[in-house]
Amino acid sequence: MTRVLVLRGEGFHCTEETAAGYAMAGAQVCVASVAQWLSGSVDWQDFELVHLPGGFTHGDALGAGQALAQTLRHGVMADSRAIFGEIRRYLAGGGKLIGVCNGMQILTRAGLLPNLGGQFDQELALAANPSGRFEDRWVRCQGTGMMSGEKPSTYYELPVRHGQGRVVFATPSLQHAAQRQGLLVLRYVDAGGLPTDDYPANPNGSELGIAGLLSADGQVLGLMPHPEAFLMPYNHPRWPERQRSQLPVIAGQADGLALLRHWVLWATPGTTP
Amino acid sequence: MELVPAVHFAVLSWHLPYEPAKCRQVQDAALALGVDVGTVRVAVVLSSARSWAPTDAQGQLDPHLQEAWANPILQQLHVDRWPTLGQSYVLVQPLPGVTDSLGRTAQGLLQALGLGLPEEAQQWIFAGQCYLFAQALTDDDLRLLLPLLANPAVERTCWGRGEPAWPLVPMWLEELPNPLTSNGNLPIPLPATDAGLVDLSQAYGWALNLQEMQAIAAFAAVQRPLRVAQGLPEDLTRCEWETLAQTWSEHCKHKEFNAIIDMTWALPGQSPRSERISGLMPTYVMAPTQEIRAKYEAMGQDWVVSAFTDNAGTVVLSADELFVLKVETHNSPSAIDPYGGAMTGLLGVHRDALGMGIGGARLLLNTDVLCFGPADYAKPLLKGQLHPQRVAQGVIAGIAAAGNHSGVPTVNGAILFDDRFAGKPLVYCGVGAILPRLQAGRPAHVKTLRPGDRVVMVGGAVGRDGIHGATFSSTVLLPDVPHSVVQIGDPLAQQRVAEFLQQACARGLVQACTDNGAGGLSSSVGELALLAGGVRVELSAIPTKYPGLQPWELWVSEAQERMTLAVQPSDLPAILALANEHGTVATDLGAFADSGVLDVRYRGESIAYLPLEFLHHGVPRLHLHARWTPPRQGEPEQFSYDIKEILLRLLSSPMVCSRESIVRQYDHEVTGKIVIKPYMGTDGHGPQDAAVVRANWTAWHGVAVASGICPKFGDLDPYHMACGAFDEAVRSLIAVGARLPLPGESNAWSGCDNFCVPNSVYDAENNPQGAEKLGQLVRMCEGLRDMCLAFDVPMTSGKDSMKNDFRSEGLQISVPPTLLITLTAKLGDVRKALTSGFGAQGDGIWLVGPTYDELGGSEFYRFFKHLGANVPQVRPQQARQSYLALMDAHARGFLASAHDLSDGGLAIALAECCIGGAIGADIDLQVLEPDLTTTALLFAESHSRLLVTVPEHLESEFAVIMPASARRLGAVGGDNLLLRRGSEQLAHIDVSALIDAYQSGGQ
Repeated sequence: MTRVLVLRGEGFHCTEETAAGYAMAGAQVCVASVAQWLSGSVDWQDFELVHLPGGFTHGDALGAGQALAQTLRHGVMADSRAIFGEIRRYLAGGGKLIGVCNGMQILTRAGLLPNLGGQFDQELALAANPSGRFEDRWVRCQGTGMMSGEKPSTYYELPVRHGQGRVVFATPSLQHAAQRQGLLVLRYVDAGGLPTDDYPANPNGSELGIAGLLSADGQVLGLMPHPEAFLMPYNHPRWPERQRSQLPVIAGQADGLALLRHWVLWATPGTTP
Repeated sequence: MELVPAVHFAVLSWHLPYEPAKCRQVQDAALALGVDVGTVRVAVVLSSARSWAPTDAQGQLDPHLQEAWANPILQQLHVDRWPTLGQSYVLVQPLPGVTDSLGRTAQGLLQALGLGLPEEAQQWIFAGQCYLFAQALTDDDLRLLLPLLANPAVERTCWGRGEPAWPLVPMWLEELPNPLTSNGNLPIPLPATDAGLVDLSQAYGWALNLQEMQAIAAFAAVQRPLRVAQGLPEDLTRCEWETLAQTWSEHCKHKEFNAIIDMTWALPGQSPRSERISGLMPTYVMAPTQEIRAKYEAMGQDWVVSAFTDNAGTVVLSADELFVLKVETHNSPSAIDPYGGAMTGLLGVHRDALGMGIGGARLLLNTDVLCFGPADYAKPLLKGQLHPQRVAQGVIAGIAAAGNHSGVPTVNGAILFDDRFAGKPLVYCGVGAILPRLQAGRPAHVKTLRPGDRVVMVGGAVGRDGIHGATFSSTVLLPDVPHSVVQIGDPLAQQRVAEFLQQACARGLVQACTDNGAGGLSSSVGELALLAGGVRVELSAIPTKYPGLQPWELWVSEAQERMTLAVQPSDLPAILALANEHGTVATDLGAFADSGVLDVRYRGESIAYLPLEFLHHGVPRLHLHARWTPPRQGEPEQFSYDIKEILLRLLSSPMVCSRESIVRQYDHEVTGKIVIKPYMGTDGHGPQDAAVVRANWTAWHGVAVASGICPKFGDLDPYHMACGAFDEAVRSLIAVGARLPLPGESNAWSGCDNFCVPNSVYDAENNPQGAEKLGQLVRMCEGLRDMCLAFDVPMTSGKDSMKNDFRSEGLQISVPPTLLITLTAKLGDVRKALTSGFGAQGDGIWLVGPTYDELGGSEFYRFFKHLGANVPQVRPQQARQSYLALMDAHARGFLASAHDLSDGGLAIALAECCIGGAIGADIDLQVLEPDLTTTALLFAESHSRLLVTVPEHLESEFAVIMPASARRLGAVGGDNLLLRRGSEQLAHIDVSALIDAYQSGGQ
């Protein structure tokens, strides 16, 4: 069974539903606080997948994810090992790392995503939404590459809930590299299914409609939409309409859960999603 | 405390494309004031009260500061110098002592960088915001902008042209005083005269009336020999007076709701009739709940486990879950500091749920109902009054911050406008939570503390924030309130406490728990002491935010994010360790006792020693007079108007229009259990009547929550206003598929009543209309009682806010009497919940419940500046019949959608259903009451009505089980809302026009 670690505490809020989702997706789930991890009572090396969920870590003071990202980059464990060294050791061992919303903000600020240069420099930032607001709304996304498995693409409907989700690369060449390497694995699309810059289909003005991104080594994934908020068909804002039009098949249709199943496969050694 | 120049400062600005949206907003808002400020830049300023590197090697430190505080792709950091971003500036910093989370986080980050800076509890890095304007603005212009940028209640400002001065930081100088010799806790000599007693109460801000002061004086006189014998000062100390003032505050003791009231009914054509009411609370609120409980208990199915005895109301949700409900108001703080006031309102009510019973509840949902002055309020602002638009923006931002940063979904609410909310807004914050039925094998709703149990405070450090909050909110709001009454919350700190409590309570380490809200420790320890029979605490161990706090300030401070626990001595080490693990602080303050005394010490010396009996039961009972005379109102003459035009204008009016742009700023999906959200339907624009939240991940039951509030009807009759608010909440729950309490069913309804009224205590000089205002409150209470009994819905908690008046410059703005009813019901299967939008082409549209000639107080009349006379009335038998029939129809699977009729009546309900489904409807009013005008049929706001749709093939079966008042209006379909009455065409409106009108209002 694939072992997944979901972090809690410090303002991670989506831990409970994320853990529930991975359990539904067939993983063996462990929930641990950041403090427990740093004290050494859980070890990332014991897991195939580590998930940083959404939330407002440290109140997002000085920018979303800023404070916890600094802890990851510069902090030390209780036994004085460098935290960043531990993360690199985990990735070197083939471990997968996912950040959703605040989790993605942390991973990018910490230089773990997309890491095109291999030096763990910060190459990407998540700027404030042009609306200047936190927004909770459902969007349609197109998943490609590892987000769609063997199909060329799959569409997902998911909620976004953030105030800072606009993907900005440090340089145009980094953006081109990410695009060239096929790392733009989840993009906001319009009604016609094409990546879009138009609000509100693209809720935050993200470059190229980027909603989710894979690291250059293919082990670190970040996305702004919340798959763990769509684990049951009844989360969807049009579930009654969908239920009426396709009555018998509604049960089990939840795009978020489908994604989590995907990720469990992705993290399982020797399988492809 | 004094302000001194910072030792260092850093300025964090944004690269141009990533400027915060605030820059543009400030520029636009300034232009609206007639000031062209040019481009606006904003920067975060971090000022340090000390050298921030061990070596002070500035050149080497810069990269570290960059790394710690800036996002280099988006931002730029300047150290010890100002960037040249504008020609004039306004620098805004929190007043000393006001919570500054940003500064604290910045300090923590610097300490975490490994530069060798020690971790310290005391704050030495302080945050601020600097607005820089391209234009060199004059002092006059800058002063004009200040209200846009800062709130003097919590922030200080400096402004000018050129480069800003070196920022100032607070320096705390005071040493802790010796409690008995400093003036901080000197005994206060008893004044000899009544006037002296009244002056004393006013001078200290205690909000105690003459009768109460006399009772304390009499007590003090009797106690004198005993006190001398025990080595206590003869006179009561400052700390003792403060304890009595907090405990006896209206906020804590609800003196007016428990007062004896002589009520006079002066009905037209009758001689006045009088009656003595022995307390509104026992007579109208608790009695019906007891009656309902007794009725169902006789059938073996009383689902209420705690009503009015603890921090929150509690009902049984399932075999192993209790559902906890509480709604609070935070009106006065929100009038002064809208953002901080609303934020602490929501975080405060969270603590009510966390402090229910033993403790350890898990928060499930937030509600927020907000009443503001109109956005276009044009009267001159009085001293100390904020413009309603600013109040609204701040409150909404505060609710969003508190809810979003707590990880609790904000799922249900309402926003209302009236000129009379322009002095004090009403800010209702509610919470629903799930408490395990058993905590470590013991019933979780029962507090079981014993003498000897330790008194443990958990949570943040104490400062001067929130001193006198309880007494302040128990008086009329005046300008120049000291800023110490305002608090700003820290959701993360509270989340740590909540997670700690969940684990501590589940492990059986906690005997009882209560929150530190109004009155701080003086209330929480005082209340728990009553259960044990006494307490002795020592305050010197309490962690403080800064030095210089008087012991009595430690005792009454309402500094946020703190809970008080009772812990068995053997569990104390485990509690202290667990708190540490969760990044919070637990402090052992002493022990509960069977002494009958509240015994408070500081460094061993007694600072308060009060018998609990007097503290809790010594407050004299108020005796008030009330009078009810129905207002004389008339109906306007009939007038002509264009139905389409009026419908569209009502749809975009402030009271009716979509709140979607606000609601989307609230996270209403976190936890992933939300099944009915505030807005759903084809384009996500359809408003829903109630929220539905699944309780857990293994079963399909859940909770529906709805609000009812309609102060507009109170001007006609507060009785019918209260009934209407109650019915609105009931029918909203029926609309999503809830079932009323019935013998043999476990539907677990729970209710919370929140009264907000103007000062209703008669005073010949200051409140000559007091008796009439109290009469309105009595009428509201009668309505509440009648509705509880009509629907078998028990109230399990409630709150009254009695002084919602704002007085300044010789003028007073008082809120209209307002009752919010929040109701929750258990849903056996959330998958069967109903939404409001029209579904499929061809579905039959049915109106259930009769319409009456009841346009009084309607949105239609408001639009034409009429009030009318015919107030909508709830007819309980008819209402119940409609609801039972709809419950039956839903159980049989007949209903495709359901929507309640409220503001704007049938016309607006039809429009909202079309908007939800993005589909039209063909409606004929001919089937409705023939004797009513078309205006009444379309726009009367008669209660107890729902609009439902039924698939065509089920309509004949549906018709059979419905009462005669259910009429088929037409069918779903097309792109237009077509309205006619027989052969008369009334309106023909494109659905996209409906959507545009609804979405365009109230931005």
